[in-house]
Amino acid sequence: MSLLLILTILLPLAASLLIMVGADPRRTALGAAVANLAAALVLFFAYDRIDGGWQFLSEWKILPKLGINMTLGADGLTLTMLLLATLVTVSALWVAPKVGKHEGLYYISLLFISAGVIGAFASLDVLFLYSFHELALIPTFLMIGIWGSGDRQAAAWKATIYLGLGSFVLLIGLIALYLSIPAGHRTLDLRELDQMAATGAFHPSAWIYLILLVGFGSLVSLFPFHSWAPPAYACAPAPAAMLHAGVLKKFGLYGLIRIALPIFPEAMHELNGLLLLLVVGNILYIGYVTVSQKRLDWTVGYSSVMHMGYIFLGLAALNLIGINGAALLMFAHGLSVAAAFALCGEIRSRTGTLDYAELGGLAKATPVLGLLFGFAAMASVGLPGFANFAGEILVFFGATAYGPAMIIPVIVGVWGVVISAIYMLRAYRNIFWGPIAQRWEGLADIGTGAKWSVILLLVPLMIAGFYPQLILKMVGTALPR
Amino acid sequence: MHLSTIAWITLTVPLVAAALILLVTRTSKPFAAGLAILSALITGVGGWTLFLGGAEGTFQGFNWIDFDHAFSIPFALALDPLSRTMLVVVTTIAPIVFIYSLGYMKEEEGYWRYFAGLSLFLFSMLGIVLADNLVMMFIFWELVGVSSYILIGHYFRKESAADAAKQAFLVNRIGDFGFMLGILLFWIATGTFTFGGINESSAVFIQNPILLGIACVLIFCGTVGKSAQFPLHVWLPNSMEGPTPVSSLLHAATMVAAGVYLLVRIFPILSTSPGACEVVAVTGAITALGAGILATQQDDIKGILAYSTISQLGYMVAGAGLAVSAALPMFHLFTHAFFKCLLFLTAGSVILGMHHEQNIWKMGGLKNKMPVTFLTYCCGMLALSGCFFFSGHYSKDLIMACSWEHHRTVFWLLVVAAALTPFYMTRQALVVFFGKPRSEHAKKAHESPAVMTIPLVLLAIPAVCAGYPFVEHFFFHSIGTLAEPEVPHWVEIVFGAAFFVGIAAAALIYRNVGEKDPIRIPFLEHRFYIDDLYFWIVRVIQGGIARIFSFIDRWFIDGILVRGSATVVWTLGFALRFLQVGNLQAYAFFFGAGVVGLIYLLLTVK
Repeated sequence: MSLLLILTILLPLAASLLIMVGADPRRTALGAAVANLAAALVLFFAYDRIDGGWQFLSEWKILPKLGINMTLGADGLTLTMLLLATLVTVSALWVAPKVGKHEGLYYISLLFISAGVIGAFASLDVLFLYSFHELALIPTFLMIGIWGSGDRQAAAWKATIYLGLGSFVLLIGLIALYLSIPAGHRTLDLRELDQMAATGAFHPSAWIYLILLVGFGSLVSLFPFHSWAPPAYACAPAPAAMLHAGVLKKFGLYGLIRIALPIFPEAMHELNGLLLLLVVGNILYIGYVTVSQKRLDWTVGYSSVMHMGYIFLGLAALNLIGINGAALLMFAHGLSVAAAFALCGEIRSRTGTLDYAELGGLAKATPVLGLLFGFAAMASVGLPGFANFAGEILVFFGATAYGPAMIIPVIVGVWGVVISAIYMLRAYRNIFWGPIAQRWEGLADIGTGAKWSVILLLVPLMIAGFYPQLILKMVGTALPR
Repeated sequence: MHLSTIAWITLTVPLVAAALILLVTRTSKPFAAGLAILSALITGVGGWTLFLGGAEGTFQGFNWIDFDHAFSIPFALALDPLSRTMLVVVTTIAPIVFIYSLGYMKEEEGYWRYFAGLSLFLFSMLGIVLADNLVMMFIFWELVGVSSYILIGHYFRKESAADAAKQAFLVNRIGDFGFMLGILLFWIATGTFTFGGINESSAVFIQNPILLGIACVLIFCGTVGKSAQFPLHVWLPNSMEGPTPVSSLLHAATMVAAGVYLLVRIFPILSTSPGACEVVAVTGAITALGAGILATQQDDIKGILAYSTISQLGYMVAGAGLAVSAALPMFHLFTHAFFKCLLFLTAGSVILGMHHEQNIWKMGGLKNKMPVTFLTYCCGMLALSGCFFFSGHYSKDLIMACSWEHHRTVFWLLVVAAALTPFYMTRQALVVFFGKPRSEHAKKAHESPAVMTIPLVLLAIPAVCAGYPFVEHFFFHSIGTLAEPEVPHWVEIVFGAAFFVGIAAAALIYRNVGEKDPIRIPFLEHRFYIDDLYFWIVRVIQGGIARIFSFIDRWFIDGILVRGSATVVWTLGFALRFLQVGNLQAYAFFFGAGVVGLIYLLLTVK
């Protein structure tokens, strides 16, 4: 089984190699992605929840003197994220059958993002956790720059600066963390770090937490380090936006859960006021910015920034309910935002515009596209039946349990649900409802591939919405009880 | 079959039907309708079986969320006198409206969408009825909201329908904002959100009655949204954009009554908070009167009924706020459901007969052309007006009598509203059914097919009888006492006078009325300008905030961008000086810097 976990990283890389030597890019990439999804499902259900902890371990010594090894393994949280990553990868590869230029490079980039993000989630060693993430970032920038639309170079450049800088701050934080461990015990193994923190063997300064929060935070578009995200997503080709907003962006949250939560329980508590302030900014401020957007891609881009606020709110609750809610929301938001970007791409490829003023009444010409967008919009709005609702309500319960300091963040959070409804329903109404303009009457409905690639995202979203325990029991194995 | 099995089947069958219609029978009209109607009939049988079988207790399902008992959200059905009676209301009316829709929607497109929406609604409504705790009720509460959204927006290509659907959803969400906070507050204060738990938690609040008041009022916000109480009433009249059977089932008989049902559900704890009860009672009374006033100047046949629905819901809410008995608002909910459903269906029949003309000033003289519709309409109209021997009379007078005893302000507001009801209904009846036809459509109007008139007749029976003491005893004896309070004789005379004054005034003005309404009050025609005020608030204040924030964000981006490159270089240099260049650090640093450099080259060098 541990071999299967390694394979999930190697398969996309092997497929890239095959494409380089001349295999059919789309088929090879899709084959690898589907195999990866199957592997993720097998691992997901093969994981022993009763035993819990890290399973499917494998280890290679890299720099033993410095305590650096490449260790791969998985627990429930990893496997949930792995499932998310493989689902979105298949969907992203499947959604758009035509690539304008450099078809091989296009699929290789997507496969690298996939491999990188899976590697990051499956790494137990902080250095590799970080490096795999970098591996996934580079092709993301490439995709925006080469296959993007609109002002793509500026968007790619902006994202590069922000995310490069964020990664760099993160790196500084991780190095500082490493150096704060007493010499002789230095390690970057998550298991040992957790254990040392639990036994009180080392007390890293709260400053390191702050640096990590800024580093991880900018990767997740935590307010006010968010402004790279909307233009990047608006300009990125749909598959890149899906993979980044859906999966890669979750890396920052994943890192906070994995590293900050066990190692800095006290610092997180002391500095919670700051985080809460940023959370309020994420939900309320970004929420209103989202409302004022006039194009669908910007709306979805900003909404994905805003929804990170809920996940941070769950983390800031620092209790069982809130953190579990945050983890569930990571999974749910990943699927729903990927579906939204996929459909954005579908609309744009038909109409050439996502401007509300130019669109309208599309549901008549493209009923299935409209129906699927309705599902994605309702998921984003947090309608019961989708996992997003289950995650949000847990976050609210968790935050409420934290204490009086949470009164304002909770009120803001619940109001955010109203704000989400405002912009998503407006988008739906402006694009799909109302009288149809003559020039849109002949539009073709969504293609088969795109349709199924969105359904592939919506079905697990609804399964987890009807029965959230499926995901909660898994992520629960990784979270403090 | 065990009663708990029947309860679960009753709840889930409409969901299965909705899913099947969506996934399988989108192309087949008869199958879509057949599945929906079959599921509605099954719920009808299930609902009555549970009622007659006296199903009692909590039927555990599964834990929707469960953290090893540290925290769990159970999915369980609560069967008690309250939910049994409500179940009968919903599962009796739903199949009738479903069948009526066969006739009404015959010529319409989007057949499958319509019936899938109705089935989803039925499932969600049954969930509200059977929910055992606040979270579960909230879940179904949101689901009725979305089914209402789908159904109001059925004619989505019309701008007005598209806007109305969106508005209905958003206004309800504003109410739900309070509802959710109320749930959280109850939970943090009492540690539970089951109805049984919070209703027995008054001891927790003895020290802190204000907290209880806030929690109850927050929950009440949900009612204000769903039951269209002032100030969130604006969405209901606009929701009339939906097909008429939808207005009948959702926006008159059942869904909007869910808000009242919520109050009745938490009645034991609500009634221990005088402050919250005051808010509830006064809100209800203001709504009853305000909506009654607005109903007098509506020209749309459904618009009149919509405002009258708001007004009657106001009676129910006021009844709950009087803190007398849970049965009091529930009784009016019960009778209202039948006669208002009937009224909307007769309106639908008229609209169909008039080829989708809804302006009453284009109608006239329909009583001979549509005899069944006319007679059944009269049953509903008299019941709503509070005529003796008709159902509405019993339940409405009971609320007014109780308000005399408990809250004089509310009493007077309700009495005036009670005089307005027969006024606007008589106006509607005279203009629509009497006099001369005012348009070509009215001249050529025809009676609707049997698939529509039979449901009207079926509903006319409870519209007349649902208030009779033996019916009341049958459905309400186990919920609570409904004893008529002692009121002075003159108060009883006032009730009767209100009815006659209303009818007489309308008859005087509208008996031989011409093509136009002789009374025109712009202030009322413009709905007290409340809708305009909200539009202004949304556009100027909300929109303003959004634009200001958006401006800051753009400015922020630019500000950072201008200095972006410089910052990178500066930071890198700064970091370099402070880091000792060892193996690890150098490797990691060059990795990070390399990324930036690589991308820079890729993007700028062509």
